[in-house]
Amino acid sequence: MANDPIHQFNISKLLQLDVGGYDISFTNSSLFMVATVGVSAAFLIMTTSGRGLIPTRLQSISEMLYEFVAGLLRDSAGSEGMKFFPFVFSLFTFILVANLFGMFPYFFTVTSHIIVTAALAFSVIGLVVIYGFYKNGLGFLKLFVPSGVPGVLVPVVVLIEVISFLSRPISLSVRLFANVLAGHITLKVFAGFVVSLSSLGLGGIIGAALPLAFAVALTGLEFLVAFLQAYVFAILTCMYINDAIHPSH
Amino acid sequence: MTSTNTEVGHEAGAKAPFPPFQTETFASQLLWLALTFGLFYYLMSKIALPRIASILEVRSDRIAQDLDEANRLKDESDAAMAAYEQELAEAKSRAHNIAQEARDKAKTELDGTRASVETDLANKIAEAETRIGAIKTKAMLEVDGIAEDTVSSIVGELFGGKVTKAEIAKAVSGVKG
Repeated sequence: MANDPIHQFNISKLLQLDVGGYDISFTNSSLFMVATVGVSAAFLIMTTSGRGLIPTRLQSISEMLYEFVAGLLRDSAGSEGMKFFPFVFSLFTFILVANLFGMFPYFFTVTSHIIVTAALAFSVIGLVVIYGFYKNGLGFLKLFVPSGVPGVLVPVVVLIEVISFLSRPISLSVRLFANVLAGHITLKVFAGFVVSLSSLGLGGIIGAALPLAFAVALTGLEFLVAFLQAYVFAILTCMYINDAIHPSH
Repeated sequence: MTSTNTEVGHEAGAKAPFPPFQTETFASQLLWLALTFGLFYYLMSKIALPRIASILEVRSDRIAQDLDEANRLKDESDAAMAAYEQELAEAKSRAHNIAQEARDKAKTELDGTRASVETDLANKIAEAETRIGAIKTKAMLEVDGIAEDTVSSIVGELFGGKVTKAEIAKAVSGVKG
């Protein structure tokens, strides 16, 4: 069981709750959602409570995070997109911190479950669709008809655009889910090799050096992936929001 | 891996479906995600982000203000520098004028003094020359008398005879001629 690379994704109930036939138990996943939100919110609120004109080190981390996401959104969607800044900021921070929490041994990775990433992705697309129609009315449909396309090609292009739009929530959620899942499985598999090889005696211990080196290198790579996937999710969200604000591209 | 059956029993080991596809956990995950993410969004949009925004705004205002102040001071110092340089130039030209005037004045004074001294000297030289001329003429006239006296006494000593004054004068002027 200890070497089963899938075991780390198991959801175990910590507090059984059933409401109206739905199992809404407080699980290890819920615990880490609470931890992610609690730690991020506490950090962001407490480090900025001094409101220092000259920031402390921790305050400047919060400010950097703010300016990073604000720059991302402003560059993609312009100043009009800044009304969605709290949403994009929350998404980026939540995914980043959840991913980083997943890097601790024995910690559960919230974003390794497709339902979580799908819920986040669909909330993004839902927001884009609702705001797009609210702001542009039917003009939002111009999103599917790029300007400057010859008349004959319009049906084909519209079909392609619709398919690409529909695949967005899927690609958005699967990208994050698959990256986190695959990374954690690979890490676990290599770490498992180290354990099983070392149990074979001296030759095994020497042979275990290679998977150990891989596991160390992969750990570094996974930290990069944890950040990169949060970044990708946030920047795609920014671009989709830009579509909702300026549908005629 | 892709089994999506709803069989409960992930504790059972290898037989359990892949955990991310255990649909019976979806309700709980969705609910807790909604609760925690909703709370996070609320805390961010109501507390953390406005606070950070105000911190950044205050700082950029302060920096802009300080830059303005620095620019103002720079303008002031530039103006002071220009005024200083202008004054310096004025003072220089004034000093130049004063020096020129002093030089001119000294030169004219010197010239005047020199001219008066020179005329003085010329007068004195002329006077001295006339006096020398007079003395010379007088001496020349006296030489004749001395010569006549000397001749008459020499003649008297030598010959014991008397020679008239007229003869001696005639002889002296004959020698002189």
